[in-house]
Formats: sequence, C-alpha cells, structure tokens
Amino acid sequence: MTRRLEAIVVPLAAALSALMLAGCGERPQVVDYKQGTYSGKPDTPAWSNAPFNGNEQEWTNVLKQRAQNQNEYKRIGG
Amino acid sequence: MARMKFLCDAERCIECNGCVTACKQEHEIPWGVNRRRVVTMNDGVPGERSISVACMHCSDAPCMAVCPVDCFYKTDQGVVLHDKDMCIGCGYCFYACPFGAPQFPQLGAFGVRGKMDKCTFCAGGPEPDGSAAEFEKYGRNRLSEGKLPVCAEMCSTKALLAGDGDVLADIYRDRVLRRGKGAEVWGWATAYKAPAGGNGAPRPAGATPAPSAGPAAPQGGKS
Repeated sequence: MTRRLEAIVVPLAAALSALMLAGCGERPQVVDYKQGTYSGKPDTPAWSNAPFNGNEQEWTNVLKQRAQNQNEYKRIGG
Repeated sequence: MARMKFLCDAERCIECNGCVTACKQEHEIPWGVNRRRVVTMNDGVPGERSISVACMHCSDAPCMAVCPVDCFYKTDQGVVLHDKDMCIGCGYCFYACPFGAPQFPQLGAFGVRGKMDKCTFCAGGPEPDGSAAEFEKYGRNRLSEGKLPVCAEMCSTKALLAGDGDVLADIYRDRVLRRGKGAEVWGWATAYKAPAGGNGAPRPAGATPAPSAGPAAPQGGKS
C-alpha cells in the first residue's frame, strides 16, 4: 500500500517542483534598467540599412517626394 | 530634420475605413486590436464629420511620461515607439493617451491583457529593420523602405496625410485656400501644441466640428 502511494506521490512531487521551477527560467529582458530613461533595445535610424545604406539625405528626399504625392493639386494638376 | 506627423482632414474623410483595413492587413494585426479607427461625430445629422484616429506621435507624449517601465522612446523624426520586451501591459498609457491609441491584445487565458500595441507610423520597432522579429512584434517597417504609413498612402480621398509636418502643412494650406473652409486640423493642438508663431503650420484646431458625440476632439487638453 505504502509502495503504491510512493509510486504516485513521488512523480507527482517531481512534476510539481518542475512546474514551479519553470518560472525561474524566464530570461531577463532588460539588461540595465535606469529609472526615467529608456532602457530597452536600441533602434537604428530608418535609413541605416538597404536601400538607403546610411544616406539620410536621400531618405529625407524620397520621403518628401512621397509626401508630395498626397497633394493631388500637384500630382494630377488643378 | 523631418518631424513626422499625421493630419486628418475632416472635410474629406468619408468614413470608408480603408485606412483601418489597410493597417490591419499590412501589419497582420490580431483580432481585437485596431491601431487605427474611424470616429464619426454627429452621426446622421447635418454637420457630420469623420476622422481617422491612431497614435498621433505627440510632441510631448503622455504615454511616455506615465509608463512605469519606461519602454517608450522617440526617434529623431518624432515617431513614438516602444519596446514590447519591456512592456508589462499595465495599461497606464491607455489612460494617459488623449487619442485612445494603445491597444491590448487579449489572447491569453482569462482575458489577460497582453503587451501594448499601437501605431508605429509604419516604422517598426527596436529590432533589426525588416527582420521577422520586427514584423512579428511591431509590423512592417515601411519608413526604412522609404515609404510613408500605408493608411495615409492608400487613403482614397487623401483625407489622412502623413509625413513631415512642414510638408503636410503646405499641402493642407493649399487645400484650405482652394476650398475656402475647413481650416481646423483635428487633434493637432493636443498632439503637437499650437505653434507659437506661424512656422508654416496651419492653424491647429482652435475649434473642431461640433464635438457632441463620441470621443470628441480633445482640444486644448494636456498633451
């Protein structure tokens, strides 16, 4: 009877402890938190990769041109 | 340096919800989350106006001020973004935002509130540009491709404009001069504050179209 109880309790206890320990497996997502300042992952400027490859001026010009496409008086005349 | 802004022309918005649909499709936004939505005021009565609302990327963003874990940052172009790995889903930003922009997916068990999701001005987030991780967390990064937000670019009546504030101001001024009315820019006073002296910007909403219903234009509020 005791042996049968052991057969149930021991795996159950092992499973329960494993479940409780699973919470400890969470990785820290912020390396160094400083109150009042953004401490998340750094972001790169929009023009840093292809197709602009770091050319901020070109990126700015493309966006300005694109923004003008929203003006139908210029785009299709008026 | 460009200063990115949204501008919604209430005289032109026809409440087609195309911007909402385009945003959801572009970023594969989950069910229950709407980064952009269309609000109609005085629905069905003369003077009805619709406006497309999302994160306005405020100059002095209240969400940034109230976030307890400081997960927000602002790019040099004035786009307010956040790190979802830091967000704890507390919802403070939602209460602080005058536009109701922050959204919280409730996909977990018991309707638990997930990490905040909001309009990124199609600028992705703090992951490598164009990466799968960036798309999964923040959606597509159109800005890094030299494109403007999809909601504005596909707006059929060009009611919703996006881009550098100065360029938008020029477009809008031209429009107002031609039609001779509708100079009010909804939400600009709240999001970007009134310009001190001209600066080429249109006069921001001193008066909005009769905000009697719905989440009426939060003019003059704390920004």
